[in-house]
Amino acid sequence: MKAVTVVDLTKKFGDFTAVDGVSFDIAEGEIFGLLGPNGAGKTTTISMLATIARPDSGKGEVAGHDIVKDEAGVRKSIGIVFQDQSLDEELTGWENMDFHGRLYRIPKSTRDERIEELLDLVGLTERKDDFVKTYSGGMRRRLEIARGLLHRPKVLFLDEPTLGLDPQTRNYLWDYIEKLSSEMNISVILTTHYMDEADRLCDRVGIIDKGKIIALDTPEDLKKTIGGDVVTVRSPDYAGKISDFSAPWIEKVESYDGFFSIALHGAEEHLPELIQILVARKIAISSVSVHKPTLEDVFLHYTGRRIRDSENGAREHLRMAYRARRHH
Amino acid sequence: MDVVYTIWLRNIKRYLRSRSRIIGSLGMPLFFLVILGFGLNSVVTIPSISENYVEFLVPGIVSMSVLFMSIFSGAQIIWDKQFGFLKETLVAPVTRIEIMLGQAFGGATTAMLQGTIILVLSLFIGLSIPEISGLLTAFGFMALIGVGFTSLGIAIASRMEDMNGFQLIMSFLIFPIFGLSGAMFPIESLPPIFRSLTLADPLTYGVEGVRFGLCGVSQINPVTCLLVLLAFSVGMILFGAFLFRKIKM
Repeated sequence: MKAVTVVDLTKKFGDFTAVDGVSFDIAEGEIFGLLGPNGAGKTTTISMLATIARPDSGKGEVAGHDIVKDEAGVRKSIGIVFQDQSLDEELTGWENMDFHGRLYRIPKSTRDERIEELLDLVGLTERKDDFVKTYSGGMRRRLEIARGLLHRPKVLFLDEPTLGLDPQTRNYLWDYIEKLSSEMNISVILTTHYMDEADRLCDRVGIIDKGKIIALDTPEDLKKTIGGDVVTVRSPDYAGKISDFSAPWIEKVESYDGFFSIALHGAEEHLPELIQILVARKIAISSVSVHKPTLEDVFLHYTGRRIRDSENGAREHLRMAYRARRHH
Repeated sequence: MDVVYTIWLRNIKRYLRSRSRIIGSLGMPLFFLVILGFGLNSVVTIPSISENYVEFLVPGIVSMSVLFMSIFSGAQIIWDKQFGFLKETLVAPVTRIEIMLGQAFGGATTAMLQGTIILVLSLFIGLSIPEISGLLTAFGFMALIGVGFTSLGIAIASRMEDMNGFQLIMSFLIFPIFGLSGAMFPIESLPPIFRSLTLADPLTYGVEGVRFGLCGVSQINPVTCLLVLLAFSVGMILFGAFLFRKIKM
């Protein structure tokens, strides 16, 4: 049985279609990622699957429960870590866990045992009796993840799990997520707009933009669609001129706003040759960079935009400022 | 019931931990009690109800602290909304009515604790120790005031996005409810228009019920008080539950 099945899910807010006919499924034990810029419809998709929002059309099943007809069944079988914090800061870590266990009607002996076990798993045993308001951002996230697992959900939802955390903490958290998905054998669906996060954690990634899933595969296969290496050339002449040049070792040339991106094999050895071709065609070069394809290149390939250019940097910045203010 | 208890428990824990809030919300009632009570005690006598004004004032001030605390406890929902914690409860496999009742009973309990502190402090400034039955009557009415107004607080909080509008609620709803309740003046002495407003104020029946318990006399028949307040509390629970059910995450 699939952990999650989604067919043609659609959600509109007035004239705006936030999620537009999205379909995918998630196998048991799989880590599935929804990768896309802010406002792409990731959180709305998650909200519908978690029965927080109602779909306008389409079908969804989580752990065999219909997301519209069997809300209670879905709620019992999922754990959620929301994008924004949802802990009670006036309670201790242990008490937050205990509150959750009581809400999900876990009997006391089981509850206490699992809380110990999970706090240990996320490395918070020593801080369990401290108030959450004294926790760092990374600790709060880990506590929320532990809490989401307390009632042994079949599917764990992580909405932007590392948003606003420093690189070290993110790495640390990724280790935890990997560890628990293998140890507890649950399916994980996570949303993110960090390519490296999707690449590192996910068995399969759905790239989502403007409410639609535009590509869905393993990170490796998605990157293979791009080619062996990518050479990015910044140039004022990005429009026009370049589309017609070719060489046996060039796989693909695409031009974007301000630069073009050339997919090829063996970039290191062909680079001098490539530059000669460009010079011969009188294409001005501002800068050249060579890298292995990333999911960013995949996103660029399908949408013509970069994820980080998708105009939401300011919004995230505001959100972080708001969080920082709340917590200090 | 276990879910209602869980939410109740959280409210109590948070209340007992916030010493500054407990002490802070004792300030105003004590201020009223001491300044008004002692200031007017020598010049005001209220025939047939109370020999001295302090004793007349105590039930009103006890009710006032229950009122304020209840509304604040209901409005706790706004903080939970802002700090995200509400999501945690709303997404759990529990019904909204369970959450709402837990919050209402939790708020009412903390409000009663607050009222009890005022009551105990009043013993030091002239309230004669009431009989056990009277005390229980007073607690019963405090509980009803608590449940009714916490539910009203929840109803208001369900429609508010942040605390900004709360000042408005305080000025135009809570203070009038307190001021018109007959907590500070005998109902008989008011001009007719104010008298009918006072009789339309649910808190009046709470104050008079508490007064009956603590002083043994009241301006309104205690059975009437009980029925009116009971109806009010049930009505507010339904109203609060109705609006809370529609709350958006």
